[in-house]
Amino acid sequence: MAIDAKVVRHVARLARLALTAAEEERFAAQLSSVLGYIAQLEQVDVSRVSPLSFAGDAAAAGAESTLRADEVLPGLPREEALRAAPAHDARAFLVPRIIE
Amino acid sequence: MALLPLGALAEALEGRSVSAQEALAACLARIGELDGKLHAFLRLTGDSARAAAAASDERRAQGRPLSPLDGVPVALKDIFCQEGVETTAGSRILQGYVPPYDATVVARLKSAGAVLIGKLNMDEFAMGSSTENSAFGPTKNPWDPTRTPGGSSGGSAAAVAARLVPGALGTDTGGSIRQPAALCGCVGLKPTYGRVSRYGVIAFASSLDQVGPMAQDVKGVAHLLSAIAGQDARDQTSSARPLDDYASALEAKVSGLTLGVPKEFFGAGLDPEVEAAVRAGIALLEKQGVKLREISLPHAPYAIAAYYVVATAEASSNLARFDGVRFGHRAKTGTLLQMYEQTRAEGFGDEVKRRIMLGTYVLSAGYYDAYYLRAQKVRALIKDDFARAFEEVDAIVSPTTPTAAFPLGEKSADPLAMYLDDVYTVPANLAGLPGISVPCGFTKGGLPAGLQLVGRPFGEATLLSLARAHERQTDWHARLPALG
Repeated sequence: MAIDAKVVRHVARLARLALTAAEEERFAAQLSSVLGYIAQLEQVDVSRVSPLSFAGDAAAAGAESTLRADEVLPGLPREEALRAAPAHDARAFLVPRIIE
Repeated sequence: MALLPLGALAEALEGRSVSAQEALAACLARIGELDGKLHAFLRLTGDSARAAAAASDERRAQGRPLSPLDGVPVALKDIFCQEGVETTAGSRILQGYVPPYDATVVARLKSAGAVLIGKLNMDEFAMGSSTENSAFGPTKNPWDPTRTPGGSSGGSAAAVAARLVPGALGTDTGGSIRQPAALCGCVGLKPTYGRVSRYGVIAFASSLDQVGPMAQDVKGVAHLLSAIAGQDARDQTSSARPLDDYASALEAKVSGLTLGVPKEFFGAGLDPEVEAAVRAGIALLEKQGVKLREISLPHAPYAIAAYYVVATAEASSNLARFDGVRFGHRAKTGTLLQMYEQTRAEGFGDEVKRRIMLGTYVLSAGYYDAYYLRAQKVRALIKDDFARAFEEVDAIVSPTTPTAAFPLGEKSADPLAMYLDDVYTVPANLAGLPGISVPCGFTKGGLPAGLQLVGRPFGEATLLSLARAHERQTDWHARLPALG
């Protein structure tokens, strides 16, 4: 399945990626090639198959027994959580103004 | 001394014929001498390593080692959060990021007394098969510096193969431990999904990612696995199943075990020299009394297609957290939306952008059923194929990769060609199964070939027994690349 620069632009907006026009063209060609390869999945009869999203140990998959006791444990101190942020004050992460 | 494999070094430390400080100094000297040519390391943590080694020697002197790994130098793929140590996942967007906590596997290595010596290069966010997607420049293959070490754990494989460090941790989402281990000639194990905690491991595709050990020999891998495996309250997908005794598995007999040889893994695209090396390795196992049976995994040929839907879908979601707000790079630009878009444009490399967009596309309205849901159904069929095979066989043997190491730059402009290098490794990830790659020979050009064994869920001990039985009859793992 071929996708063009317009589709790439739409997907890039959904994914919050700014692209140049040249990148849109390049990615359109590369993603078309990958989607062309992926199209072979259409050859597989999946009419009686349930989808698999978790291939781990079924006993670990959200079973109640894997929940830990509901105890208060120390969390990350606020100043530690803020330390790696590009912009912050003493209490919070700072971002560009979104409400005028 | 830097050339001692991990297990032998652990014994030397136990016998006090070598100190942890001497072992560390030998590694650092070898890194200083050779890593300029390889670029396996992104950064060294020499000061904290020296303190850890001194503390280890103190414990050994008092007869109180924490584990067999006490004092053994170990290096980490740069995907593991380590408190106080810059962790980038090979990405510009995380350049300068210093995590405030340790990944569970890092904490476990520390509690075992391992001496953590530095962070290793990788494809950005573990997306790639050559380490060329690192934002900080590629790693070179120790056997031929004009070739890639594979990826994404290419720094880990190159460092171990060049004996810069006796052991390293990598991660494997579609082959990222086994493929570089094969291309560099070391041993790499991807455990069963859920065997090792993913807490503090920068996520790529959460239903596929798994942490595993890499070392020069099977024993080293077994030691490291014993240290890192086991349930973790901080990773709900980690399994409560008890651990096997991996060290004693090395000595277990393999006669009477049945190995499946899947015909789909020996077809078109497999290099004849790699095939010959793998077949020779299989013959060595047969000599030990292992029975062979031809099997079929009919849906395995669809694994790469299913993988690039499932993995990219999960990646597009996981990588949404890199938005310039809480950590990492932030673009200096106008509105909040522009900040997000520009931060991600500046911070991510091309392959990461491609995968985020592919994942966004296959999850988007109108395409979810056709791509994502269908891929998950094919994934179920692939897992069923394995389950059926394991009714008859104890493990499945194949090449790890279709070819030996390829030249730097050869596949970097053709994403699909790069993806196909993982054709034999991806099926085990989709099915959540353990897999190991061991050195099984060399091409005429002097490049290593890897033999892969895939096991039943939580069948790591059987894989280690088979891998060690093979290794006992060869010296492939002991060959040293002529660096310098």
